[in-house]
Amino acid sequence: MKFILNIFFLLIRGRVVWVLYIYFSPYRTFTRNSSLISGLKSFEKKMQASDRFNINSQLEHLQAKYVGTGHADLNRFEWAVNIQRDSYASYIGHYPMLAYFAVAENESIGRERYNFMQKMLLPCGLPPEREDD
Amino acid sequence: MYLYNLTLQQATGIVSAINGNFSGGKVQEIVVARGKILSLLRPDDLGKLQTLHSVEIFGCIRSLAQFRLTGAQKDYIVVGSDSGRIVILEYNKEKNVFDKVHQETFGKSGCRRIVPGQYLAIDPKGRAVMIGACEKQKLVYLISHTIVYSICGVDCGFDNPIFASIELDYSEADQDSTGQAANEAQKHLTFYELDLGLNHVSRKWSEQVDNGANMLVTVPGGGDGPSGVLVCAENFVIYKNQGHPDVRAVIPRRADLPAERGVLIVSAASHKQKSMFFFLLQTEYGDIFKVTLEHGNEGVTELKIKYFDTIPVTASMCVLKTGFLFAASEFGNHALYQFQAIGDDPDVESLSSTLMETEEGFQPVFFQPRGLKNLEETPQIFSLCGRGPRSSLRILRPSLAISEMAVSQLPGVPSAVWTVKKNVSDAFDAYIVVSFSNATLVLSIGETVEEVSDSGFLDTTPSLAVSLIGDDSLMQVHPNGIRHIREDGRINEWRTPGKRKIVKVGSNGLQVVIALSGGELIYFEVDMTGQLMEVEKHEMSGDVACLDIAPVPEGRQRSRFLAVGSYDNTIRILSLDPDDCMQILSVQSVSSPPESLLFLEVKASVGGEDGADHPANLFLNAGLQNGVLFRTVVDMVTGQLSDSRSRFLGLRAPKLFSVKVRGRPAILCLSSRPWLGYIHQGHFLLTPLSYETLEFAASFSSDQCAEGVVAVAGDILRVFTIERLGETFNETAIPLRYTPRRFVMQPKRKLLVIIESDQGSYTAEEREAARKECFEAAGMGENGNGNVNEMENGGDDEDKEDPLSDEQYGYPKAESNKWVSCIRILDPRTATTTCLLELQDSEAAFSVCTVNFHDKEYGALLAVGTAKGLQFWPKNSLVAGFIHIYRFLEDGRSLQLLHKTQVEGVPLALCQFQGRLLAGIGSVLRLYDLGKKRLLRKCENKLFPNTIVSIHTYRDRIYVGDIQEYRRDENQLYTFADDVVPRWLTASYHIDFDTMAGADKFGNVYFVRLPQDVSDEIEEDPTGGKIKWEQGRLNGAPNKVEEIVQFHIGDVVTCLQKASLIPGGGECVLYGTVMGSLGALLPFTSRDDVDFFSHLEMHMRQEHPPLCGRDHMAYRSAYFPVKDVIDGDLCEQFPTLPLDLQRKIADELDRTPGEIMKKLEEIRNKII
Repeated sequence: MKFILNIFFLLIRGRVVWVLYIYFSPYRTFTRNSSLISGLKSFEKKMQASDRFNINSQLEHLQAKYVGTGHADLNRFEWAVNIQRDSYASYIGHYPMLAYFAVAENESIGRERYNFMQKMLLPCGLPPEREDD
Repeated sequence: MYLYNLTLQQATGIVSAINGNFSGGKVQEIVVARGKILSLLRPDDLGKLQTLHSVEIFGCIRSLAQFRLTGAQKDYIVVGSDSGRIVILEYNKEKNVFDKVHQETFGKSGCRRIVPGQYLAIDPKGRAVMIGACEKQKLVYLISHTIVYSICGVDCGFDNPIFASIELDYSEADQDSTGQAANEAQKHLTFYELDLGLNHVSRKWSEQVDNGANMLVTVPGGGDGPSGVLVCAENFVIYKNQGHPDVRAVIPRRADLPAERGVLIVSAASHKQKSMFFFLLQTEYGDIFKVTLEHGNEGVTELKIKYFDTIPVTASMCVLKTGFLFAASEFGNHALYQFQAIGDDPDVESLSSTLMETEEGFQPVFFQPRGLKNLEETPQIFSLCGRGPRSSLRILRPSLAISEMAVSQLPGVPSAVWTVKKNVSDAFDAYIVVSFSNATLVLSIGETVEEVSDSGFLDTTPSLAVSLIGDDSLMQVHPNGIRHIREDGRINEWRTPGKRKIVKVGSNGLQVVIALSGGELIYFEVDMTGQLMEVEKHEMSGDVACLDIAPVPEGRQRSRFLAVGSYDNTIRILSLDPDDCMQILSVQSVSSPPESLLFLEVKASVGGEDGADHPANLFLNAGLQNGVLFRTVVDMVTGQLSDSRSRFLGLRAPKLFSVKVRGRPAILCLSSRPWLGYIHQGHFLLTPLSYETLEFAASFSSDQCAEGVVAVAGDILRVFTIERLGETFNETAIPLRYTPRRFVMQPKRKLLVIIESDQGSYTAEEREAARKECFEAAGMGENGNGNVNEMENGGDDEDKEDPLSDEQYGYPKAESNKWVSCIRILDPRTATTTCLLELQDSEAAFSVCTVNFHDKEYGALLAVGTAKGLQFWPKNSLVAGFIHIYRFLEDGRSLQLLHKTQVEGVPLALCQFQGRLLAGIGSVLRLYDLGKKRLLRKCENKLFPNTIVSIHTYRDRIYVGDIQEYRRDENQLYTFADDVVPRWLTASYHIDFDTMAGADKFGNVYFVRLPQDVSDEIEEDPTGGKIKWEQGRLNGAPNKVEEIVQFHIGDVVTCLQKASLIPGGGECVLYGTVMGSLGALLPFTSRDDVDFFSHLEMHMRQEHPPLCGRDHMAYRSAYFPVKDVIDGDLCEQFPTLPLDLQRKIADELDRTPGEIMKKLEEIRNKII
């Protein structure tokens, strides 16, 4: 297993706060930075309202920029959807893998690629009903 | 354990291909990406493709594009890979390498969903490149949650560059639980404009497009056409442009296609000439359509689709300006087709103007595929074990292929053979001279080869050497003297003094040295008048074993070096210069008396056809009596010997002969097998030939074969040529009917039992019926002569005459729950099928093994695991699974069904275990015994989390691999140890009692080993680990195996096998991949080698980073950190480095570049 140990420091109200975070590179390519985000979330509790607003907007920016980045309130469905989309993107990116699937299903590689693309729309079926906000 | 990874045969599957003039000038070239290899191909005039350059980039190439700067003569290559970088390459003709012109980092490495690299689009005028990811793009400000299907550049002349893309926004569908948003999700065609002045991209235009859209093709614009794009969608082709109404045409369907299936365009090529342009679009079934546009001032008025031809489904097509079509097949051989016509006939199948809209949607248009009319096939170039109807079994031998030209019987057993020209300037040989023990036979080469008696050669004595001497005279050396035959027929004889006999001769065109019995050397030279003059005598200390004179260097009168091998295990280099004639320049001692000597001169070349620069070199090769080929470098000035290498070739002392290979000198070594040593792409390769043992050989050149070899073996004279240089394996292909799944060797007779199955196809009978119907309907079609009888055999693979061969057209598609399958017994020696059983009722075979049951009533039986009506999608389901038991009849040549046992899942793995049959059925491991009517369950284990895909047994241990995890069992099926990492296993192999090798579907290879103490413990434990098993650990077995080796191959490994490829070579693990490459993992035997190669690898990583910008270490550790494997493919790039860099690395390693190359050669020789 590959662990990357990173030490970050954040400046919060003039004090230097060191954050040690272990970045765990999982088996699949779809790397999650959720540990960073949950780490940041725990900081939120200790912060003032203005900071919280600031951090939140930063997080939102991060999530908007990097599609597939998780957050602390991620539900089971959203998590699964991200995993599936990442998987399909990886299959499409790795040509040998497409060829492997194509042989198994007796389809052309072009058709497999198209099918995977199409499945990215709703990879895990319909989202669950929202319980009220 | 440390392993050395080496690719033996490069991948042949093509991911993407582009064409252009990459070396500049008018020559059309093709650049192909083969997964991790980038190659440049050039079709020659004969329609054969030659690989000019091929380089491994240690990354995964996903897309390729070419562009040309305005006014330039040369195309550049843009590579989209998994490196998170965009790389622009230029082909350097002089050095024969790809040069990196530009590299720009934009994102993380790896094939990720949001990091661009998947798509590339080029502005047709070469001003901008757009690079896209599966989601969101480069150069475009962020578009949230959009899936991108395809992008392309829009040709708009010299206005601001515009790029088009097909996008699908899913953000609403993710939120809406009712599914309404998902149903309404609409694909859009969006145009992005790059403002060159502001260097800013804006979203210019977006419009709804058909929801089946999957591909875009640029339509020429500016002065050449109407601009815009062709949108290829399922069943339709649509022309779209900003402010232009859609022009839509339906893609014709094959008449026999089930209604549920759509038609999807999978590859496209466009061709543009001054006056016209057209597109070739290929569907997923292999049919090519020609698409043309009628356009005027008011835009496009009509879109025409015309059936063009059918060829195997391609990954990429390229239309070359020279009238060829390069088709990079998805599976199977790639091909180059020549255009016979461009389909200008007016009978167009589908027009946009005749499109009918009915209640159910658009009216489909049907057509029947026919024989090739517009394309003509030219010789095939590459190969890959295919699938479906193009499947084949290939027998690979690690040797070069040869093709035999002639074989003829001689009156006696010859001892030697030579070929000789009449004049230096002749292109072809004039005579073949064969020496027997008491006579010499002269054959003249012309239209036919026949015996002649007027050649002037003495035919009553054996010959020792025959050659051309001077410009135009012939020399025959026989034991009693030298016969010099002048051009005008005069004959000069030189007789040996006293009763001494000539034993050995060495000569080049101008110098002759003979060795008399007793060890006297006499040196002759050809003088100005063409006379052979004795120059010098020299007494050696003992008898001479062999001798050779180096070839005369260009522009010189004589060569300076004579090599003499003696029986005292030495080789001496003597000078032939007039001032120090017969002085010993250097001495080399060898391990055994030399049998044969040969100088090989390598001329200096810079960036020739084969690659890197070579300084001129002179090599001395010696075949020793103990079967070793010994090779040293001779200093061209001093004659000192250095840098010696040796290699064991076979049991007999190698005899060396000089031959020509592609115009360059090469050596042919005849030991117990013939070997060829030649230079290919800068490497000296020594490869066995797949031919029988030969006694004596000479190069042969005539009208019919420019570079052949004539050889004698027994009393037979053979003429052959050597083919496919540079390839490690010689292959024989045997066609199969369906995609082969597995095979086993029938142990006694060495016959192969192969199971083949295909999803979604009709059975042979159904196919035949459909075919008949189709021909009857077509009647006396345009291409058929109405001979239905001939067509009936169409279903047979063997019938090559069939105009609609399945190889070309593929099997017709059926519903996805239909399967076809067969069991075949094949004799690999004669390549014939001895038995073929076709399974009925959508049953498909998935696993096979031979098993000897306890009672031995039948001897070895064949067990085949099948599934009926298996479906993967929408849900994995099946009607039933079966295990068939067959009995071998007629010495294993045919099969008889004993019984069939129904099981509840798909038996994906079968294995014999202690006189019983082990079966992995779904996630259950079960032990069966043989009964009269069916198999009897004996014992089972239901604790596997996933489907079992592989079972190996050794003594009382069982090694089980399931689809996600790898486990290992013991005794009464208690899970005893397992791996901590989940794996999607594709292949596994049992290495030793405690070790397993495995490969997963992400392209990793790994070895796991049971810790020694655990292994010992279990052997002593009387309960066989039962008590510990009940405790368990970490949701699994009580013991965990250790990972000892880890490596990312970068290609899905489909099989693993342990083998030793050469006699005396090391045993290594071989792997084969989906893309068709073969590689080997060789365990290192000494710590020194490990140190050396890991340092070399480290320096190579630093000094020679991969071409496409992927970090080598990161690539080999793409999923897991690489562990204890040294990448030989990277190390072997050392000779391609510039000389100063080579020297720098060598200095760091305290060695010379020559020593490093020697090391690399040595380790390669251990494998193959």
